[in-house]
Amino acid sequence: MLCNALVSGLLMGGVYASVAIGLTLIFGVMNIINFAHGSFMMLGMYVAYWLFIWPGLPPYISLFASFLVLFFLGAIIHKFIIRHSSDGQNVLLITLGIMLFLDNLAAFLWTPDYRSIEIPAFSKSFFIGYLAINIPRLIAFIFAVLLTVGLYIFLKTTITGKSIRAISDSIEGAQSVGINIRRISLISFAIGAGCVGAAGAVVTPFHSISPSVGLVFVIIAFVVVVLGGMGNFWGTFFGGLIVGLGESLGAMYLPGSLQQFFIYFIFILILLFRPQGILGGKRA
Amino acid sequence: MRKLPLYRYSYFFIGATLALLSILPIFMGSYYTHIFILILLYAYLGSSWNILGGYGGQFSFGHATFLGLGAYTSTILFMRFGISPWIGMLLGGVLSMIVGIFIGFICFRYGLKGPFFALATLAFAEMFRVTALNVPFTGKAMGILITIKGTSFPAFQFQEKIYYYYIILAFNVFIVFVTHLIEKSKLGDYLEAIKEDEDAAEALGIDTLKYKVMAISISSFLTALGGTFYAQYLFYIDPDICFGVHNSIEIFIRPILGGLGTVYGPFLGSLILGPLSEVTRGLLGGYSGMHLMLFGAVLVVVVIFLPKGVVGFFEKKIGYSR
Repeated sequence: MLCNALVSGLLMGGVYASVAIGLTLIFGVMNIINFAHGSFMMLGMYVAYWLFIWPGLPPYISLFASFLVLFFLGAIIHKFIIRHSSDGQNVLLITLGIMLFLDNLAAFLWTPDYRSIEIPAFSKSFFIGYLAINIPRLIAFIFAVLLTVGLYIFLKTTITGKSIRAISDSIEGAQSVGINIRRISLISFAIGAGCVGAAGAVVTPFHSISPSVGLVFVIIAFVVVVLGGMGNFWGTFFGGLIVGLGESLGAMYLPGSLQQFFIYFIFILILLFRPQGILGGKRA
Repeated sequence: MRKLPLYRYSYFFIGATLALLSILPIFMGSYYTHIFILILLYAYLGSSWNILGGYGGQFSFGHATFLGLGAYTSTILFMRFGISPWIGMLLGGVLSMIVGIFIGFICFRYGLKGPFFALATLAFAEMFRVTALNVPFTGKAMGILITIKGTSFPAFQFQEKIYYYYIILAFNVFIVFVTHLIEKSKLGDYLEAIKEDEDAAEALGIDTLKYKVMAISISSFLTALGGTFYAQYLFYIDPDICFGVHNSIEIFIRPILGGLGTVYGPFLGSLILGPLSEVTRGLLGGYSGMHLMLFGAVLVVVVIFLPKGVVGFFEKKIGYSR
C-alpha cells in the first residue's frame, strides 16, 4: 500500500513538474505570475482530445500540435496583452482575466462536461512484485524528465536560451549587450505556454478533460514553483515530486479532501518563511 | 482631500442618487428588484474590499474568506442555537476580523507584497473552503439550508424582496459613510502613502504594518456583514458559493472597474457590471458562467486601458486632477 502510494505520488509529481516548468520559465524571465497557465494546459488537453476524436491521433503524437497551438496563442497573448503592462500586480490581474475568459469560452464552446480519452493499449498497468505502475502515468513522468532536461539544454546551449538566462539575471545587463528584451520575453512566454500545452496533451489518457481543469492545476503549479524557488528549474522538478508525494500520502492518511488543505498550508508557509524556495531560486 | 470630480455638485448628486435608489423599487417588479439587490450587495462587498485593496494597495484575492465566515457564522448560530442572524452577523464580523488580523499580520509581517500577498490570500480562502467541505458542523459539501419562517425581522427573513433591497441600500449608505471617514482620517493618508511607495512611507516613520493590519481588519469585518446578508438572501450556503475563488473575483472586479481607492468606484463598477452580466447571460444563455467570460475581458481591458477605473476616466475627461 505505502509503496504503491509512493510510486503513484512520484509519477503524479512528474506531471505537476511538467506543468510548473513553463510557469517557472515565464516567472524567471519576466517576473510574471501567469494565472492563465492552467487555462493553457486546458486548451492543450482539448487539442489532444479533438485530434483523438478526429482523425484519431493518440495524445503522444498530438502533443506536438498542442505545443504549437499554445506556442502561437502564447505569443499572441504576450504581443497584444501582456506586453502592455509591467507592474506585477497588474499582470496578475490581466492573466487572471485571460484565465476567466478562456475557461468560460471553453465551457461555452464545448460544454462544461467532463470528457475522457480511452486508449485500451495505454490504460494498462504493469506490476513489479506488488507494485502497480500505470503506463500512461509512467510516460507522463518520462515526458516531464525529458522536458526538464530538454529545456535545460536549450537554455544552456542555444543563443536564445542564453539570452533568456541573461534577462533573468539582469534586464539592464542584457539590454546593454544588445539583447532584444521584448522579443526574448515573447519567445519565453510562448515556450512556457507551449510546454504546458504539451503537458496537457500528455495527461489526457489518465485525467478527465473539462474547462475548469486549469484552475486545479494552476494552483498546484504555483505551489510547486514557490516550493522549488521561483525561476529555478531543478528546484521546480523536485518541487513537483514533493507535492505529488505529499498529496498521495495525504490522501492515504487524511479523510476526504483534507490533503488539499495541507498543500495550501505548505504553500503559505513557504511564501512566508522561505520565499527563495527549498533549493534557493532567483530571489535568493 | 479627495473630492468627487464635480465636487461643487457632489452633495446634489449623492442626494439625487440616493433619492432615486429609494423610490426605485416601487416601480420595479421582483426580477429587477433582485438584480438591484445583487448590484447593491456587490457594491457593498466591493467597497469593503476597496478599503484594503483600493486605498491600501494590497490586493486580496481571498475576500471570499471573510464573506464565507460571515455567512457560516450567522447561519450556524441561527440553525443550531436559534440565535438571531442580526446578532450572528456581528459575531461573524468579529470572527472574520480576528481571522483578517491574523492573515494580515503574518503576511505583512513577513513582507508579502503585490502578487505574493494576493496568492497567499487566495490560498487562505481555499483552506477555508476545504475545511468547510470536510468538517461536520458546516454541513460539508451539502451545505446548510436555512429554514424559512416567513417574514420575520428577528430571523432576518422576508418574503418580499423589497425589504432586502432597503437593508442592502442602508448597508451601502453606511459603507459610503465609513469610506468617507477613512478617506478624511489619518489612516486614509497613511494608506495612500503606503500604496504610493511603501519604503518611502516606512522611511517617514509610518508604522506600515500597523496601518495595513488596520485596513484589513476593517475590510474583513465589513465583508463578513455582507456575507450574512448573502446567506439570508439566498437561504442556502455551501463551501463553494461562500469560499469559492469566483466569489473573491466577483468582489474585487467591481472596484477595479469603477475606480480603485475612490468612495463611489465600487458602486459605479457594480452598476455597470450588474446589468451587463445579466444581458450576457440572457443573450448567450444556456451556460451559467457566461458573465465570467465577460468579467475576464473587462479585467484585461480595464487594467491595460483604464488603470484608474471609470471614475479616473471621467476625472481625466473633465480635467480634474488630484
